Amino acid sequence: MSRPEYQAPPEIYYGDAEAKKYTQNTRNQQIQADMTYRALELLNLPPDEPAFLLDIGCGSGLSGEILEEEGYIWAGVDIAPSMLEVALERDIDGDLFLQDIGQGFGFRPGSFDGAISISVLQWLLNAETSHPTSSPPHRLTRFFTTLHSALRNPSRAVFQFYPTSDDQIQLITSIAQKAGFGGGIVVDYPNSKKARKVFLCLFVGGGGTQQQMPKGVEGEDDEQVRFERRREKEKKRDVSGKRKNMKDKDWILKKKELYRQRGKEGVPRDSKFTGRKRKPIF
Amino acid sequence: MVRLITHNLLACHVKGCTTNNFPLVFQDVQVELQVAEFNPDFIRNMLSRLEWTALVNAAKQVGDTSLPPEQPDMMDDELLQKLHHVLMEIHVTDGAMVCQNCNHIYPISNGIPNMLLAEHEIG
Repeated sequence: MSRPEYQAPPEIYYGDAEAKKYTQNTRNQQIQADMTYRALELLNLPPDEPAFLLDIGCGSGLSGEILEEEGYIWAGVDIAPSMLEVALERDIDGDLFLQDIGQGFGFRPGSFDGAISISVLQWLLNAETSHPTSSPPHRLTRFFTTLHSALRNPSRAVFQFYPTSDDQIQLITSIAQKAGFGGGIVVDYPNSKKARKVFLCLFVGGGGTQQQMPKGVEGEDDEQVRFERRREKEKKRDVSGKRKNMKDKDWILKKKELYRQRGKEGVPRDSKFTGRKRKPIF
Repeated sequence: MVRLITHNLLACHVKGCTTNNFPLVFQDVQVELQVAEFNPDFIRNMLSRLEWTALVNAAKQVGDTSLPPEQPDMMDDELLQKLHHVLMEIHVTDGAMVCQNCNHIYPISNGIPNMLLAEHEIG
């Protein structure tokens, strides 16, 4: 199936049925939670200060719940009424707005201590009508400029999103920079197909000290199938054709040690001659 | 659930509506009270961002007159409690918010304000 953002605009794609399905799916919940925690980490808010955050594309409040748990007060905007209805049913604490982020925000300057957005930006990349105000660059410009003014100085905004191409990343970052943001892209697990996550990490201001660009999480993908390593090893052996000679010095020493531990009598002492070949005398 | 804290941060964002677009005026509101956890640090933090006269007026529109008309210099616990009540516990569930400048109406239903604009209003 193709990506959801190609199928229909968000307010239609996330209709009643899809909104329920999305929220109840435990796998979705898990992914959303992981990404929200990571986004909070990237936000790098000062500890022990109850911040006021904006959740852009809050949906049914899966990410908002985590903000609550972490002790933040938040407000959320989303364009899908069905998702917001589910959010109301779930009884979350944040204030909700039915808003099209491509039309811009009306928040007063310096309203929020930070903003997060999970899996939303890619929805801004499709034009729904031919009207000039619905072209992606125009909507992105409007979104980033109004968001920039709604955030405090200094603060950060972190967006997780699913770009389809480098051109899209280029477009988004260039527009964000024009709107006055600093920062850039952070990629987690860049070498994994499944776990790879793209975060756009934007800074407002920074004063004299430049804000440090966070690093993406690297390292191995933990979701490797079990026994994969053993199979890999066996493949290697097949290439060389022969099995490795097992009975080298280390192997002999290991065996002797084992026999001694078991209390076997007459195990030869270890010496410099252990495991050495005899000279060919004849 | 429009709380006064978000109402106090909200201005009209219709195209060309840049002056006198704050605060939005409440109309035919229905109010619900929900107890929230008192967090004095948060209130103190938000204080610099709030527009006091707009807050007092908005509180009056939803039927709460506990706040003094002028922002006091000193914040004592009693006042913080009052602020907490006004900012965090009063939820507007139904009604509308109207911009004084361009008269755009943002309807509120089920506690969710509809901030969508028509095509000609998009900046």
